[in-house]
Parts: sequence; structure tokens; C-alpha cells
Amino acid sequence: MSSSTDTQTLHDVANQEYKYGFITDVASDSLPPGLDEGVIRALSAIKKEPEWLTEWRLKAYRHWLTMEEPHWPKVEYTPVDYQSISYYSAPKSQEDGPKSLDEVDPELLETYKKLGIPLSEQKMLSGIAVDAVFDSVSVATTFKDKLGELGIIFCSFSEAVLEHPELVRKYLGSVVPYSDNFFATLNSAVFSDGSFVYIPPGVRCPMELSTYFRINAANTGQFERTLIVADKGSYVSYLEGCTAPMRDENQLHAAIVEIVALEDAEVKYSTIQNWYPGDKEGKGGIFNFVTKRGMCKGDRSKISWTQVETGSAITWKYPSCILKGDDSVGEFYSVALTSGRQQADTGTKMIHIGKNTRSTIISKGISALNGQNSYRGLVRVQKGAENARNFTQCDSMLLGDQCGAHTFPYIDVRNPTARVEHEATTSKIGEDQLFYCLQRGIEMEDAVSMIVNGFCKEVFRELPMEFAVEARKLLSVSLEGSVG
Amino acid sequence: MLEIKNLHASVEGQPILKGIDLKVAAGEVHSIMGPNGSGKSTLAQVLAGHDAYEVTQGSITLDGKDLLDMEADERAREGMFMAFQYPVEIPGVSTMEFLKTAYNALREHRGEKEVDALDFLNLVKEKLALVEMDLAFLSRSVNQGFSGGEKKRHEIFQMAVLEPAIAILDETDSGLDIDALRIVSGGINKLRNPKRAMVVITHYQRLLDFVQPDFVHVLVDGRIAKSGGKELALELEDKGYAWLENAAAAAATS
Repeated sequence: MSSSTDTQTLHDVANQEYKYGFITDVASDSLPPGLDEGVIRALSAIKKEPEWLTEWRLKAYRHWLTMEEPHWPKVEYTPVDYQSISYYSAPKSQEDGPKSLDEVDPELLETYKKLGIPLSEQKMLSGIAVDAVFDSVSVATTFKDKLGELGIIFCSFSEAVLEHPELVRKYLGSVVPYSDNFFATLNSAVFSDGSFVYIPPGVRCPMELSTYFRINAANTGQFERTLIVADKGSYVSYLEGCTAPMRDENQLHAAIVEIVALEDAEVKYSTIQNWYPGDKEGKGGIFNFVTKRGMCKGDRSKISWTQVETGSAITWKYPSCILKGDDSVGEFYSVALTSGRQQADTGTKMIHIGKNTRSTIISKGISALNGQNSYRGLVRVQKGAENARNFTQCDSMLLGDQCGAHTFPYIDVRNPTARVEHEATTSKIGEDQLFYCLQRGIEMEDAVSMIVNGFCKEVFRELPMEFAVEARKLLSVSLEGSVG
Repeated sequence: MLEIKNLHASVEGQPILKGIDLKVAAGEVHSIMGPNGSGKSTLAQVLAGHDAYEVTQGSITLDGKDLLDMEADERAREGMFMAFQYPVEIPGVSTMEFLKTAYNALREHRGEKEVDALDFLNLVKEKLALVEMDLAFLSRSVNQGFSGGEKKRHEIFQMAVLEPAIAILDETDSGLDIDALRIVSGGINKLRNPKRAMVVITHYQRLLDFVQPDFVHVLVDGRIAKSGGKELALELEDKGYAWLENAAAAAATS
């Protein structure tokens, strides 16, 4: 009935894109601040994307316009002006960044030193142009050859769109649909780049895949998108992030991670997130609004999330598992530390659909100084999920009396055979534990760090070895000065 | 070595210790006895530097150094060790890690190099034997799931590793069956030496059959009501504490 309206809309769109003259923008390698359909078309054109993807982005954008920013998380921040953001710039502009380490927050530099990060990396992390290219490029090439022999695809998302369009098209948005939530929908419209992983049937990936070793990893921008597909009977362990507090001029980060596990496949996803938390008053810190979700699509598949969240001014993320296949398993292990003015609202969703599905949730929240830490989790057992099992343990530790810990567990069971267990504790760091340590000659800061690390042990042991060592160190450094 | 002069201390404004004088020389073992509520454990906590106790008067020195000027961890590094009446559980922290951290903190204080895990393991092996514990203990979380006897053996084991100048043993015999008591006191006796002082706090004379003190002091209502040799403990076994409590009460009212 409305073919004339459609034609009119198309016409408008065509005019709009023309108005912005994206061809000149390609030459300048960046788009002016602001967001509309023209910007999205231009972005897609710069990246030489196929038409279906451009349309997909536009569909997301149009949907986004109908959505409202969520205000249910227990976090407070000044509103983001989405029209003041530039949605494409490549390569990353160095002009706005600091010119030398002298211009960088001295506390940040102090932290780098404590973590033992080499000077050249310090510069790169704080956004200063570095001439010397990481030797990881050659390392990465070696990696790629080895992975290639096994048929494993590990590349940037943009590369995957061009070289493996059939895989991307099949799985993109299959776990996190473009209409999912405000930030995910924004990401679907404007995502910059990210990682793509495909593990062929029966292949066990012989090494931990880390963004660190991916060429151009530094340039993924604020709207990162990652897609991991583990085909039947395959296994992969994926590492994201690093312990260094990474500085970024983009305050808003809205990333998406989608994982698909087919029959008998297993995916282990580990994150250490230590984005810049801002200065003492919380100024300049990153807003980290992330959607991470995995689909255990096949029977007996397994997805395991492990996260250590110590950075960002605001963290809003709920790595989740949809347990669709029978006998599939979902796990979530989390340590979230908030100090200074940091706020975290994080947790998970376990959606049991298949029979005999099992999920485990272990969450450790630590709040220090004025930090606010909320656990928010949903366990849903659908009608057909016979014999579903969930175990949730959710512990909070408070350091000092100016901080807060909150727990919001939602349990929704629609099958009488389900068994759901929830345990929660909140404790102040034990005075008697501290005294016991002090009496043995251990200094206060070391005692706090030791007790907190012990509190997090169940999560740390899920991390790959080197990551676990880094995580412990990171936690100790983050806790410094947090107990009087 | 340890010198306590006219020590007064209170908890939440409530006076508990009301003027204690005590001198402990190197190599000596002193026993502090007394009825419940007399201030025995408070004395231990005050010596160790627990900040819930406020010292309102008096002084404590260790080898001439003012202990009241130091935090609990500084006192420990100066050689003060307390075996806890109720050892504290620290989930997720292995006994090995806990003790190695403490050991290295003491070494650092003395200007010595830290030891690594392997050297530390060799060092503690023989110390474990003192209290008949095996290596598996080291990988368990500190005191978590330990039986009462294991917790007390663990305290003595720590004393063996940390080699303090002075050890305060707070009711180390409480909650022990006779076998565990024999093991624990055997460990204590092996750790007696001419350079080390010990203050053994106990309610019952029983422990003193195994660990023979050089001096016995009876604490009543925050003061030392009577001091003597080890025979005083036997006298208390016969007569109980009542006669001293009555005498102290009479002295207080007259």
C-alpha cells in the first residue's frame, strides 16, 4: 500500500547521503561528528562493505532512533551526546592525544611502572604516537600461518566481512540481534572493527587467541565488535584486554561480543578490563557499556566467561549464555573491583532452554573508597528445560565504609524439575583477618591484597596461567591506598 | 627483654588492665594464670598491638624499644609473636603463601634477601615435623577447615618458622585433647632456647605439666595478685582461684 512512501523514503536517503558527500570523506579518512543515515552509509562505503551489511547497519540505526537510553542500571553519569561523536576516523588520530609522557596523568604513569610496562608500550597505551612498530606483527604472522594450516580463521572483523562474508552473514546478529538493547543497537549501526574467529569442526585451537597478537588490534575504536564461531567438536580459548590501564580519548565504549558454540564445541572467553577509570574525582574515565552473549547452540556445547574488571569509570556488562542445546553448559566467573569514584553494574544471564542444561555463576565484587559495585543476574529456566541446574554464588567484600555493594538476583523458573541454588554473602574485610596478618609481620597493604586475592581465588583459577598472574598483580596495584 | 610497667588498658572505655608490672628476660618462660575475665587475653592482645584496646597508662618495651609506639606489624617484625587463642581463617590464601609472605617480611626488615618458594619449602619441612604436620598442610587455606588441634599445631608451627624473640601463647591448650596437647607442648618445648622468652597464658594448670614455667603469675581483676615459681600453679590446682579473688577484693575495698 505504501510503495509511494517507500520510494519517497529511499529518495530522501539518497539525497541525504549525497548531501554529506562521502567521497571526499574517504579522502580525509574521518567523518565529522554526528550521526545519521548518511554517516552510516559513508562509514560502510569507506570499509567497502557489501550492501547487505550496509542495510543491516541502517536497520539497526532506524531501530535505535526509536529506543531510549536505559536508566535501570545502578550507575550515574552525565548524559552522552551522541551527535558530538565522530563515528569514523582511521588511522586513529594522534593529534588530539598527548605529545609526550609529560602530558599524561602522573598517577597513570605510576601505575604503568608498578605493572612493569616498558616505556615504548607506556607511550602507545597513553595514546602517544610511537614510531617503532611492535614486534608482535612478525609474531602475529607466524601465528597466522600456524592457525591457517588448521583452517582456523583469526582476523579483524573488517577483513572477515570481505574475505569470509558467508560466515559473517550467517552468524552476525544471531546471538545479539541488532534490536537487542540501546547500546548494542548503536554498535550494530556504527561498529568500527573487532575480531573474528572461526574454528573448524573437530579442531582444538592449539594456543590462546589474544587480541594482542592480532595485527591492527590497536585500532578497533570505541565500537568494537567480536564474533567467535566454534564449529562442531572444536575448542578455543580467547583472551581479551590487558592489565595496563589503557587511555582513550573516546569516553563511550559500546562493544559487542557474540559467541556461537555448535555441537560438542567449547569456548572459553577471558577478559581483563582495565580501561582508564578517570582521575581521583572520576574525571575522564571510560564508560564501558558492553553486550556480551554466547549461544550454546548445539547439544553438549559449553561457553565459559571469566572476567576481571578493574578499570573504567562505569562498567555495564552482563556476559550471558543461552543454553539452547541439550546438556549444554554455561559458566560465568567474575571479579569486579571498584575504587575511587568507579561504578560497576555487572553480572550475567543464564537462559536455560535445552534439557539437562547446567550453569554456574561465581561473582566476586570488591568495593573500596567510594566505589559502587552491583551484581545483577538473571537465571531463567524455560518450560522445556527439563532437569536444568544452576548454582550461583555471589560474594561482596567492602573495604572501608564509604563504598557500596548491591545484589540484584532475578530467578525465573518455568519448569518444576529445575534446581536453582543461590548463595550470597556481603562482608567487610575482616578486622580479625587483618590483625592476624599484621601480627605475623605482614604490612597492611600486603595483607589487604593477600586477603582480597584469596577472596577471588575461585575466579582466578579459571584464568589461563599468565593471565592469572597478571590479574593478581593488577588487583594489588588497584587496591593500593584504598585502606587507611 | 620484655618490660611492662604500670600497664592500664581499656576496651570501649571499660578498664580491663589496672596496673600490670612484669619483667621477662631472655630464655625465661612465664605463665600467666587467672580466672575468666581477669584480663589474660586482653594482656596478650595489648602486647600484640590490637587496636581495639586502648592503653591509658604505663609502658611496654622490648629490648628497650617502645612497643606502644609501633603498629602490630612493626612489633611482629621486632620479634613479637602471638599464638592466637582463636586462629583466624583466611579463605583462598594457602598456608604456604601466608607464611612465606610473613617470613619474607621479617627478612626484609632485617635487611636480608627474600627466599623463593623452593628454599622456603626446604626450610619449613623440618619445622613441620616439630608439630607432626605433613606437607599437605601448606596447600590448604589458612586455618580453613582445620580441626581445633590442627589450628593450634599450626600456630606453633608458625612460631617455629618465624623464630620470634618473644612468644605470647594465648590459651594454646584450650580445646585440645590429650594427644594434641602432647604434640603442641612438645613443639613448644623444642622451641625453648636461651635467647627466646615465652609468656604462656592459660586457665588450667594442665598445660604446665608439659611446659614447665620458670615463673607463674596470677592475674585477678586486671592486676597481678600473686607471683611465684611453678609450685604456685599446683597450689592453684588445689585451691582454685577463689582465695586470691577474695583477697584481691578485700584489698580493693580496704
